[in-house]
Amino acid sequence: MFLSLAWRNIWRNPRRTAVILVAIVIGVWCMVFLGALMRGMMVEMVHNGIATLTGHIQIHHKGYNADPVIENSMRDPEQAFKALEKALPPGSLWTARVRVNAVANNARHNAGVTLVGIDPRTEAKVSFIGKAVSDGEYLKQGDDYGILVGHALMEKFETRLGHKLIMMSQDTGKQIASRAFRIQGVYRAEQRSTEKLYVFVTKPAAQAMLKMGSSLSEISVLLPEGASPAAVAAKLRSLLPKSFEVLTWRQLLPILNGYLEMMDSFVVIWYVVVFVAMGFGIVNTTLMAVFERIREFGLLKSLGLKPGGIIKGVMAESFFLLVIGLALGNALGLISVWALSFHGIDLSALAQGAEYFGMGRVIIPEVHLKDLVTANLVVFVLGLLVSLYPAAKAARFTPVEALGHT
Amino acid sequence: MLSINQRMAWRNLWRNPRRTLLTVAAIAFACLLLVFMLSFQFGSYETMINTAVKVQTGHLHVEAKDYQDQQDMRLVIKDPAAVAKVMRATPGIEAFTARANAFALISSKERTYGALVVGIDPEAEAKVSTLQSIVRQGEYLKPGDAEGALVGRLLARNLGVKLGDELTVLGQGRDGSIAAMVLTVRGIYSSGIDEFDRSSIQMGLGSFQANFSMEGAVHQMVAVCQGLGEVAGAKSYIAAHLPPQKSPSLAVLDWMQLMPGLLQGIEMDLVSGIIFYLILIVVVTFSILNTFLMSILERTHEFGVLMAIGARPGRLSKLVFMESLAMTLLGVVAGMIMGALVTWYFQVNGLDLGVQDVMAQYGITGRMYPQLSWISLTAGPALVLVMTLLAALYPTRRIWRLKPVEAINYV
Amino acid sequence: MSIVQCDHIYKTYHQGRIEVQALSDVSLAVDKGGFVALSGPSGSGKTTMLNIIGGLDLADSGQVVVDGNSFEQMSQSQLADMRLNKVGFVFQSYNLVPVLSAVENVEFVMLLQGVPADERRARARKILDEVGLEGKYDRRPRELSGGQQQRVAVARAIVADPAIVLADEPTANLDSKTGQGLLEMMRQMNQAKGVTFIFSTHDEMVMDFARRLVVIRDGQVVDDQIKG
Repeated sequence: MFLSLAWRNIWRNPRRTAVILVAIVIGVWCMVFLGALMRGMMVEMVHNGIATLTGHIQIHHKGYNADPVIENSMRDPEQAFKALEKALPPGSLWTARVRVNAVANNARHNAGVTLVGIDPRTEAKVSFIGKAVSDGEYLKQGDDYGILVGHALMEKFETRLGHKLIMMSQDTGKQIASRAFRIQGVYRAEQRSTEKLYVFVTKPAAQAMLKMGSSLSEISVLLPEGASPAAVAAKLRSLLPKSFEVLTWRQLLPILNGYLEMMDSFVVIWYVVVFVAMGFGIVNTTLMAVFERIREFGLLKSLGLKPGGIIKGVMAESFFLLVIGLALGNALGLISVWALSFHGIDLSALAQGAEYFGMGRVIIPEVHLKDLVTANLVVFVLGLLVSLYPAAKAARFTPVEALGHT
Repeated sequence: MLSINQRMAWRNLWRNPRRTLLTVAAIAFACLLLVFMLSFQFGSYETMINTAVKVQTGHLHVEAKDYQDQQDMRLVIKDPAAVAKVMRATPGIEAFTARANAFALISSKERTYGALVVGIDPEAEAKVSTLQSIVRQGEYLKPGDAEGALVGRLLARNLGVKLGDELTVLGQGRDGSIAAMVLTVRGIYSSGIDEFDRSSIQMGLGSFQANFSMEGAVHQMVAVCQGLGEVAGAKSYIAAHLPPQKSPSLAVLDWMQLMPGLLQGIEMDLVSGIIFYLILIVVVTFSILNTFLMSILERTHEFGVLMAIGARPGRLSKLVFMESLAMTLLGVVAGMIMGALVTWYFQVNGLDLGVQDVMAQYGITGRMYPQLSWISLTAGPALVLVMTLLAALYPTRRIWRLKPVEAINYV
Repeated sequence: MSIVQCDHIYKTYHQGRIEVQALSDVSLAVDKGGFVALSGPSGSGKTTMLNIIGGLDLADSGQVVVDGNSFEQMSQSQLADMRLNKVGFVFQSYNLVPVLSAVENVEFVMLLQGVPADERRARARKILDEVGLEGKYDRRPRELSGGQQQRVAVARAIVADPAIVLADEPTANLDSKTGQGLLEMMRQMNQAKGVTFIFSTHDEMVMDFARRLVVIRDGQVVDDQIKG
């Protein structure tokens, strides 16, 4: 019956309860919704980072990440292949590449690019390029004179499908090697900067041009859902000699990683700030509800209810208030996230701004259980904590003081 | 001094000191937060813009119309001297310089990299960008040094060169001929922006023009203004007085056009910030709405008595509103003062968020400094004031509907 | 056999900066089964005396023993237990919890005592019948008249078989006919169940009903008579 008493007490003054509930509901709603929005942005950024060639894990010759030059190629990639077979969880995909800095030239323009020699079949399963070709065709094994360029690069070079593009880079003999390719396909990426940077040829073509033999620059691994990049990377490291380096995407994209960590703490801070804003209201409202009933508390104490009982009673009222507010707030939050999950939020108007921060154009909010739990815990626990103050006040009045209170 | 009404209003506030203080605190909290956050945002924007501007772009460029997009060697300013004359006369411009750019293969003994070669006028450049001050090793270029080069830290590392080492530069001149030269590394610079530090080298403009067959032309005239506020005026002046050039024709671009990503990034950040703040204000308003409601409800009997002795509802409403106004003003002013103090403290000492590496890429190095301005000080609190007073108005409706006898008997 | 024994009770209140000597050297003994009225004008100290007997307030000095339990060494917690199990209170007004129905108000005390739900309900209904509120179990206080509310209060006071019931001006807010009905009901409870009643009052009618009248004035007992 205590709980029923607490429940009925809340509704004694419906308007007052409604008002504070609105504060809580709006607060929780925006915690859930905006949290999901921020997560959506971050997921987008990570996805972008990974899909644009990074993958979950990369294996290189030691020192390649800091200095991606041809001298740091893996001369004996067989070791790496064996290690992959042993260490990768089922469902993983990987591909091997040649990747060097190069200069692209045609009659009218030249520019610095990154030349990527790929194995078309495996590459398609691991990175974005397999599905990104919008004009012409993707590379096949044997297309050793074909090259894929980004749409933005094609515009910059004022060229078209089928035209010639010359690639120049330093080969293993420290000479400038050059080779002519024909633009076989044009691809589109999330960001123009990507399109301007990467050009793709077949691995054998790159290896031949650069006199690499069977050496490789990198192996990129895509792990199945739920696998931990850090764990798999550690396993690979234990299987490979020190002449190799194994890096996770967090190590490969430290800026992104730093940004994500920044966002993580920002989310929690924001939750606490929103709570403080509603916290004032919760304390005030509960205080008023308590003072209004001082006579009644005196009465209850005269019946033999101990101070602890009064505290529990007031806390129970807060409990209900918080539970209702959380339930409604979460519901509204989840519904609004669901509603937006179809089309996402279109940032095209601010496209270049989004690109500046490494995001794609459309953001789909995503609710992460961790955030949901954090938000609810923050509101619930802190809400109960701040209610202790009015509860203690209610219990402290001696019955006589309370009964004499007009 | 204070009228009876005002005195009554003030004393009424302190009938329930705890409730009043909590409400004032809520308002003050919201205002403090808004002042600090807005100052912080504006401060970082300004830093981002100024840094980006000072590292490379400057506030204004004069260049060929499509140069920004295509970076074609042939899109030149044929008569730099004429443009210089206009710039010297432009109000609001603090300094300007000329640059020429070419993409080339840079080779050291060990490596070859493609990078941008920028021909600079060392003296003028020092007044326009921060290049001179970010040379960490060796020396800045001296005027007339035809074989010296400055190299970015990451590029130097990738090429494996130290001070005094030689670089071979191989590129294409304006007329399509091969441009080849050997330069010696005079200095190594570091801006904190990785992109910038790994992608370019600087050499003397005169030597550049000779080697790349520029025929005295340049690609860009870069200017900095005295402040962000002067940019628009300077831009229109230059546009009006530009020497005519046929193909390609010339254009004036400001930093917003040169770095649209930065501008939109800032807009995005500002918009998302505003959304957060609005929500915060709404939550706080509902939070304190009950105070206003209760303070009227519990005085129903009292209002009944007052009305019985002749007070009109209008007068009572005014009284209650004045109380709300007093509370709100207390909170807003307290919040503004505290917000200003907190902001000022960090404005002087800086804020270390531990996110140095991330922010460095956007041009914010070291600590972050919020910037207190009239807008950041007043915009948030003003909105809080308006919303709170609107909330205070809502419960006063009740007063208008009170009937004296009922009110007196209200328990 | 005294069910209430008070010896040399002193009590002083501080109201703001004023000191009020509410009781000076009051001694009182009440036998089991008594129907006693403490009378006196407002401010005489009778309400204070009642509060001290019930353990709602503590005397500055003197001894209070109720049903063999001495209050002197008791903690707040123990006093609460006394109020729960040994003492019933009926106040002038604001007796009932507004959000609970009549039967729930009566059940409340038994809930605190840990009585199981079925038994609680049954006893509550029975006692409500006895005070004449058959069928009105689920009414909220605002749906009951003043007299009916006081009856519920009495029902609650005696449902837990307390040693004493203390009533502070229980008829003050009722018209004379209702008040009389209430007092008759309480006298019946006293005679049928042997519950000791102690009233504080300045209502002549209550004083008429009492079998013993203790007059208190200015904090002291000035008269103590057993009426015929």
